[in-house]
Amino acid sequence: MSMKCKLLVIGAGPGGYVAAIRAGQLGIDTIIVESDRAGGTCLIRGCIPSKALIHAADKYAQFTAHNGKGHLGIKLSAKPELDFAKTIAWKEGIVNRLNSGVEALLKKAKVKQITGWAKFKDAKTCEVDTQGGIVTIMAEHVILANGSKAAELPFLPFGGDILSSTGALSLTKVPEKFVVVGAGYIGLELGIAYRKLGSEVTFIEADTKILSTYDKELTAPVQQWLNKHDVNVHLGAKASGWQDNKLSYKDKDGNEQKIAADKLLVTVGRRPNVKGWGLENMAVDMENGFIKIDKYCRTSMKNVWAIGDITGEPMLAHRASAQGEAVAEIIAGKKREFNPVAIAAVCFTDPEIIAVGISHDEAKADNIETIVGKFPLMANGRALTMEAAEGGGFVRITARADNHVILGIHAVGPHVSELSGEFALALEMGARLEDIAGTIHVHPTVTESFAEASLAALGHAIHI
Amino acid sequence: MGQYFFKLPDLGEGIVEAEIAALHVKTGDMVTEDQPLIDMMTDKATVEIPSPVGGKILTINGKPGEMIAVGSAMVVFEVEGAGNQNRNENENSDAEVPAEPAVEAPTVKKENIPKESDVKPAVKPDVKSAPASISDSASGEKSDNPLASPAVRQRALEADIDLYRVPGSGPVGRITHQDLDDFIAAGGRISMPGKQKRTAIQEIPVIGIRRKIAERMELSKRSIPHYSYVEEVDVTEVEKLRCFLNENRTEDQPKLSILPFIMMATLKGMEKFPECNSHYDPEHNLVRRFSGVHLGIASQTPNGLMVPVVSHAETRDIWNMASEMMRVSSAARAGKAKREELSGSTVTITSLGKMGGIATTPVINYPEVCIIGVNKIVPRPMVINGTGIEIRQMMNLSSSFDHRVVDGFVAAELIQYIKGALEQPATLFM
Repeated sequence: MSMKCKLLVIGAGPGGYVAAIRAGQLGIDTIIVESDRAGGTCLIRGCIPSKALIHAADKYAQFTAHNGKGHLGIKLSAKPELDFAKTIAWKEGIVNRLNSGVEALLKKAKVKQITGWAKFKDAKTCEVDTQGGIVTIMAEHVILANGSKAAELPFLPFGGDILSSTGALSLTKVPEKFVVVGAGYIGLELGIAYRKLGSEVTFIEADTKILSTYDKELTAPVQQWLNKHDVNVHLGAKASGWQDNKLSYKDKDGNEQKIAADKLLVTVGRRPNVKGWGLENMAVDMENGFIKIDKYCRTSMKNVWAIGDITGEPMLAHRASAQGEAVAEIIAGKKREFNPVAIAAVCFTDPEIIAVGISHDEAKADNIETIVGKFPLMANGRALTMEAAEGGGFVRITARADNHVILGIHAVGPHVSELSGEFALALEMGARLEDIAGTIHVHPTVTESFAEASLAALGHAIHI
Repeated sequence: MGQYFFKLPDLGEGIVEAEIAALHVKTGDMVTEDQPLIDMMTDKATVEIPSPVGGKILTINGKPGEMIAVGSAMVVFEVEGAGNQNRNENENSDAEVPAEPAVEAPTVKKENIPKESDVKPAVKPDVKSAPASISDSASGEKSDNPLASPAVRQRALEADIDLYRVPGSGPVGRITHQDLDDFIAAGGRISMPGKQKRTAIQEIPVIGIRRKIAERMELSKRSIPHYSYVEEVDVTEVEKLRCFLNENRTEDQPKLSILPFIMMATLKGMEKFPECNSHYDPEHNLVRRFSGVHLGIASQTPNGLMVPVVSHAETRDIWNMASEMMRVSSAARAGKAKREELSGSTVTITSLGKMGGIATTPVINYPEVCIIGVNKIVPRPMVINGTGIEIRQMMNLSSSFDHRVVDGFVAAELIQYIKGALEQPATLFM
């Protein structure tokens, strides 16, 4: 069978499905091809299921805290019982709901969905291996939204008890000994969740610090949580092999070590999906292993566009979606470009970390003189009432010293991920410290810390 | 590493606050002990404040134009050792920060204002002269992106407008929808090479000496009913004398301009009409008549108008008058004049030299009652004895008086007397 369309979208993740929905809204004849269910890594095996697991783990840890002596005057006479299979089923329920939601939205936008593996013969011709046979699609425009997958270490191939993040989200029972190779945000989010569910968790990290892209001040509260909850973190340690459920690694002093694990999670980054679908037939320029794009998300091939993880860092769902929306509009003849001031990144660790814009160190590297204001959650009333004040959380603002335009906002603490929207808005609107300080923030909320951090940068915070 | 809080030291004379005139350092700079930090301006003088310690500057509380109270923490340093304070209100640590710290209001800390001696560091830092910070803020010109909201950026994109060319009216040049509308309405869309409208307005803070000048001018003009009197003076004779004296001066004698002669004449005038050598204090209904004559010499300096003072003119001869005038005015120009060299004048002379014009309406140097303005010397044909015409060197004197306490008649008498003294220069030395 062969089909023609104006727009062909490859991959129904948060980049592809948003592009397809927007294109459909704009009346573009659109086909989207996905080999799995719609939703992509984010929805099926990333952001959403991991947040569900993190939430369940947190609940379990909270209930556990009420057992025994009790907590906040609330006492449970017995330990909570964990039926992990049901937890995973609940998580699957959320994934299913979102998946069918996305498929319904695509349908509503009159986007044709084809399930199967796409393979390009040339830049505009694609053969999809579907259940009903090969479907050849010729498209005027192509959006590549193929995404990324967990990076594999050659000596620790996924399978069996060696898990990728995907595998770690679908375990049937909580492992007793859980070892994580790679203390980046994915490893830490899952490792912390399993620690809360009762696993004995150990991290093996080759770098000299956890969450190496963030500054130490920002990661210190997470490190503090790990210490407090007896999570071992071996820094400067290099994993080397796996045998009989034992991971061998070289510790920071160069000594060979072995550690036993029921399950081994390997989270050493993500790689763009550039193989196995005919990219090599499309004459598209690459850059550092990713597809090279410009600010309109154009590739080097006319009318072939690329969005999301396949185009490089930051590999974040919300970036892919924003790109997808922009590209759909460009194809529809609108003037758009993808040129954000900042893309916020959040780690759902305990406590959570947000980073938007640049830090004072990065500004310094650019020879920009900055002022920094920091407000500790310890001094925030609402944080105290939510048990969110302990653990060293704070909001930190970096602004230009000369005109007070905000360059970056960083925060760490329980629930702070919900502040990320305001942070990103501040940067997009070109806010100055005075704008934030001059916006009345509701009392009592954690958002007050943002205004206070601005005041701190201006030299006159009220509550510190 | 500790923090060292440097509080504004007592600058004397009961001064409770001072204005930041200039910052010589910025946040993040490494400074050595005694390196100039900040220029503070009091009523009259600008005082250069050196760094009390060596270390890295963490915070500067204030910017040029702002008033700082004596005893308030002005600069916070990061120093070797323990520093001089362990208060952690600026500290970023996760140490005990009080949750409801209203009681810890910083006002309580004002009690123990340190004396100069107290502000020495507890531990003498041993900072080898660290390289000055290389960070040179690339402010203004080279900004990465024009400051505008996503909606404004989108509209500009649709209208094919490069936001770099749109002047922003918002804070620090943020471009608003209105700015974009104005730009489009002004035809900015069709980019015309060559001449373009300039709509940017530079805001220049009126601070430091500039603000002092403004305040004093306003005070003078608002409270003193000025009247001006212009008379011409034949300076041919005094010019001859001046040339003779300059030709025959000894090496230690300064070269004379006309000004020392006018100063001599003014001195004589003040002695004859002491009501003009006075300060008027309307609050107490008093005129303070001075026995000594202290001549203010209005001088243009790089920072603006200043009035250095030649004190006790009655004790000086022409040479000394000239050299003292040069000394104080060059000190004022260099910004090194002491407070006492910039205050205490009883009458002021203002001269624009070659740019002196024909007549001026000088503003009285409050609370004085008289100011004498010197206009330029020009050769003019003059009628002599009602019969002949001669080329004479002529100069006008434009003077202003406080009419509350100096009557027009007295003023006229004074100026006629000064005119006489200058036209018969021998009388200057009698």
